Amino acid sequence: MIKVRNLKKSFGHHEVLKNINVSVQPQEVVVVIGPSGSGKSTFLRCINLLETISDGHVYIEGIDLADKKTDINKVRTEVGMVFQQFNLFPHKTVIENIMLSPMKVRKVAAEQAREKGLALLRKVGLEDKADAYPDSLSGGQKQRVAIARALAMEPKIMLFDEPTSALDPEMVGEVLEVMKQLAKEGMTMVVVTHEMGFAREVGDRVIFMDGGFIVEENVPSELFENPKEERTISFLSKVL
Amino acid sequence: MDFRFDLISEYSSFFLKGTMLTIGLSIASILFGTILGLLIGLGKMMKNNFLAQPFAWYIVFFRGTPFLVQILLIHFAVVPLFLGKTNAIVAAILALSFCSAAYIAEIFRAGIQSIDRGQMEAARSLGMNHLQAMRYVILPQAFKRMIPPLGNEFIVLIKDSSLAALIAAPELMYWGRAMQGQYFRVWEPYLTAAVIYLLLTLSLSFLLTKLERRLATG
Repeated sequence: MIKVRNLKKSFGHHEVLKNINVSVQPQEVVVVIGPSGSGKSTFLRCINLLETISDGHVYIEGIDLADKKTDINKVRTEVGMVFQQFNLFPHKTVIENIMLSPMKVRKVAAEQAREKGLALLRKVGLEDKADAYPDSLSGGQKQRVAIARALAMEPKIMLFDEPTSALDPEMVGEVLEVMKQLAKEGMTMVVVTHEMGFAREVGDRVIFMDGGFIVEENVPSELFENPKEERTISFLSKVL
Repeated sequence: MDFRFDLISEYSSFFLKGTMLTIGLSIASILFGTILGLLIGLGKMMKNNFLAQPFAWYIVFFRGTPFLVQILLIHFAVVPLFLGKTNAIVAAILALSFCSAAYIAEIFRAGIQSIDRGQMEAARSLGMNHLQAMRYVILPQAFKRMIPPLGNEFIVLIKDSSLAALIAAPELMYWGRAMQGQYFRVWEPYLTAAVIYLLLTLSLSFLLTKLERRLATG
């Protein structure tokens, strides 16, 4: 579903990603962990080309994002993204946030988009907030709306970039719960997070990144109980 | 000091004519200046430095030279060059539009660049192309932030239109000066002009405040 081959990314002379190779199968939940500056967010952002690819290839269902002829807008409709800072559109109500892209990009009729949006809000437990503006919501509610907004495009893959890092501790649970539900329904997900509990419980596979490399990857139980690499052991000893 | 209200009322039809032209010059220049300003702002934001440069120079020139110099230059040199002879009203509208466009371009650019990068990223990640993201996500938010500085600029423009008197465009200040010449009075014509300008600028800020409130969310 996602295939990353020899991916490299530099900002100026600073090489952030050094030769990344990953494959993600349909319905798989891959959790990426690692210290700040390890390149995990950059890696995630390369999967929908929010960062340009310096070298190597990223294939989404066989389509090469590094190919200049690829229609990236089309690919992005299949790849939903949830950001650390939510990035809801503050000038639009919750339901308008969700309806905007289906209507403008997929050309869905307003009525249909609204119905679908309300169903998604029900799913994330925020149906009563449809006509509220984002500013009036708590962080956890904002992030759940952001997830609903991404889902409205009916993506095949969902990317989560530290979705709970900007939340107050008591709101982390409600967001993780929605993500867990999504995983259970068979969504293909790549999640960058510091929530080790989530990684262990929901992840099919955990990737540990450091210094622009994938240091170690394994099923969560193995990676957390039996880390093999020095750097993984030292990182886990600090966060667990 | 005696203040001759009767002279003002005697001259009122000229003040009215002048005020109408001041309003006309201002509206026309606000319209042209805003459109031109948007284009120049967009031009300056182009990623290609080579193409963006002329727009930057435009702003440097019109922000860096006195408006009086610009209006005289346009009236006596630029307009005759294109029309054969000059025309005070055309010259005044051109000068006001060109000058305000330089400031509006910067207001526009600042407005767009003040919107968090995450907004563009979120819009693009939802499959919108650059144009759609601009139109539905960035510009509506930027526009709201641009209203106060744009209001300032429009007020400056209304006041600057008084300099058109110096190229004999028969606007408000022109008639103020004419009245001073005719009656050898200073308080009556200039205070009347001041009050009328004040009414114009106050009405404009009132309208803009209302617009800003209407666009407020949350």
